[in-house]
Amino acid sequence: MRELEAVYTVWLREMIRYYRAKERILASLAMPIFWLFIFGSGIRAPVFGGQVDYTSFIAPGVIVMALMFTSMHSGISVIWDRELGFMKEMLVAPVSRISIVIGKSLGGATTALIQGTIIFLLIFGIQNLYSEYFSGVRINISTFLIVLPLMVLISLGIVGIGISIASLLDTLEGFGLIMNFIVMPMFFLSGALFPINNLPEWIRVVTYIDPITYAVESLRFVMIGFSSINFVLSFSVIFVFTFSMILIATYLFNRRS
Amino acid sequence: MITKTFACPECNTQISCQGNLGDKIKVVCPKCGKKGVAIFAVDKADLKTKTDSLSIEVAGLTKIYKNLKAVNNLSFNVRTGEIFGFLGPNGAGKTTTINMLCTLMKPTSGGAIVCNYDIIKHSLEVRKCIGLVFQDASLDDRLTARENLELHSRLYGVQKSERRKRIDEVLELVELSARADSIVRTFSGGMQRRLEIARGLIHYPKVLFLDEPTLGLDPQTRKHVWDYILKLKKEYKITIMMTTHYMEEADELCDRVAIIDHGKIIALGTPKKLKDNLGGDTIILDIPDDDVEKARKVFKKAKIFDSQVLLSVKNAGREIKKVLEKAKKNKIYVIEANIRKPTLNDVFLHLTGREIREGAANLRDELKRRRGMRGH
Ligand SMILES: Nc1ncnc2c1ncn2[C@@H]1O[C@H](COP(=O)(O)OP(=O)(O)O)[C@@H](O)[C@H]1O
Ligand SMILES: [Mg+2]
Repeated sequence: MRELEAVYTVWLREMIRYYRAKERILASLAMPIFWLFIFGSGIRAPVFGGQVDYTSFIAPGVIVMALMFTSMHSGISVIWDRELGFMKEMLVAPVSRISIVIGKSLGGATTALIQGTIIFLLIFGIQNLYSEYFSGVRINISTFLIVLPLMVLISLGIVGIGISIASLLDTLEGFGLIMNFIVMPMFFLSGALFPINNLPEWIRVVTYIDPITYAVESLRFVMIGFSSINFVLSFSVIFVFTFSMILIATYLFNRRS
Repeated sequence: MITKTFACPECNTQISCQGNLGDKIKVVCPKCGKKGVAIFAVDKADLKTKTDSLSIEVAGLTKIYKNLKAVNNLSFNVRTGEIFGFLGPNGAGKTTTINMLCTLMKPTSGGAIVCNYDIIKHSLEVRKCIGLVFQDASLDDRLTARENLELHSRLYGVQKSERRKRIDEVLELVELSARADSIVRTFSGGMQRRLEIARGLIHYPKVLFLDEPTLGLDPQTRKHVWDYILKLKKEYKITIMMTTHYMEEADELCDRVAIIDHGKIIALGTPKKLKDNLGGDTIILDIPDDDVEKARKVFKKAKIFDSQVLLSVKNAGREIKKVLEKAKKNKIYVIEANIRKPTLNDVFLHLTGREIREGAANLRDELKRRRGMRGH
């Protein structure tokens, strides 16, 4: 009970901070929107044998991108809390460290979920206004109800990556480095922006190792009904990935403090 | 009911009577008939037994960072209800000690009991009964004062029905009620400090740790914080362990002081006793460099630093004349003579040969350091 209250408290703080930092909400929407408009309309090549247009193809990828940007922010916020000194305030409280990690993770996942939903609604709005965009995306309540838990799962996994990195590093600069050299490539190699089947052999190997691939593929299957990887497989991979990342993050966070 | 036994001032007969604390009871000596009043005041002996209950017991506490012994085999006790000061220069190991006592850091060896719980085995229980004001800033500056306090009371499991009342109460105590709903970022350093002290109190801790509570504050605000600390002791009757490198602060606030240097306690006692141990006042003679050697021979007991001769004397006012004559007779030129009543700084100087605050740590330097030192 006490620990639940602690999880809630840490989560609540993340929510208040998110609400206060309106520029952050806009900033993390900028990139995905940029992709949707510029690349979505610039490249008109049909995919999956012409059954789906390119805008529809990248829609799930762009949602994953929004989830990634926002979720990685939890990692940054762990470092930030350390610099701010608020981390000590949480660590000296009579609650377990696990509750703190879980609270932070849920906070990160919730904000990611909100961002993801905004993109989802944006796609819905554009599809209604200009029927040639996102024509292949199936947007209705039942799709959204499956997309929602998928987004939660994906966000939690990426939050896990963020918190793990933050627990291993001391500085924001270091985090930025990892972000640029590992996390960004993870996105670009994931098949979010181009079909996996068209890739050269050696890149495809990397793509299959990349957990983000499975995040994009599972979401793609639900949203447009096509995917290069079987949904059951991609969903299972994401499930195991998220579960392990949260365990790893908890372990690393605990060890650090 | 307390039984008091005393001797009749007239005939020395032993008289016993009973009363409650604070009572004044008329008594008549059964032998000589002298009338008197027995006062049931808190006398020194009573106090002793009361304060002898311990809030913090430290035994052999040691912390080694790589090669550095930051805290070296510390042992001391803090009595319930007292303000215990940890006085020492920067880098002496004060924060490290506090961090270990607050379970934020594991000792390399040794241990401690805080509120009757072992800091290693029962860290959660320890954390429940302590409050901590960190040396470095630790507020969420994007939240309002009230939100910071709200989060804290939730983390410490303060009942919902109690929360508002306590938050208002502590805000009142540190005179921040009017700013309760302002974002902390807009607060001055002093206000943030006060808010941190308020936050440390919401869960009614039995022991409050204050790590350099006035670091980086201007003298006026510092005085203000002192008032709060004394008020806390009086109104909440909690045990306070505070660190500082301002000797006047330790002198003013603390019932007892441990002076710490290079991770070791080099003196412990009431500020008065520590100063008295120096043997009274100090006469300071500024002399030319050329006379230093001569002065060493003439004033054998004096401590000489650079071109200053420090003489410990019982009563400086009375003895300065004699000292000056002695200097004159031995052809030691005295540029300036000063008298100083002992401070805790002198105690430190006496024990280590160094000033407690090396370099002229001015306010700006300290602020800079405070910003730079925010660690985990
Ligand atoms: N995390 C750390 N790693 C290595 N050395 C440290 C660490 N923290 C403090 N120290 C060193 O330990 C000594 C004591 O530091 P500290 O406890 O902060 O002193 P104080 O609070 O009395 O100024 C200093 O020499 C400091 O440089
Ligand atoms: Mg310190």
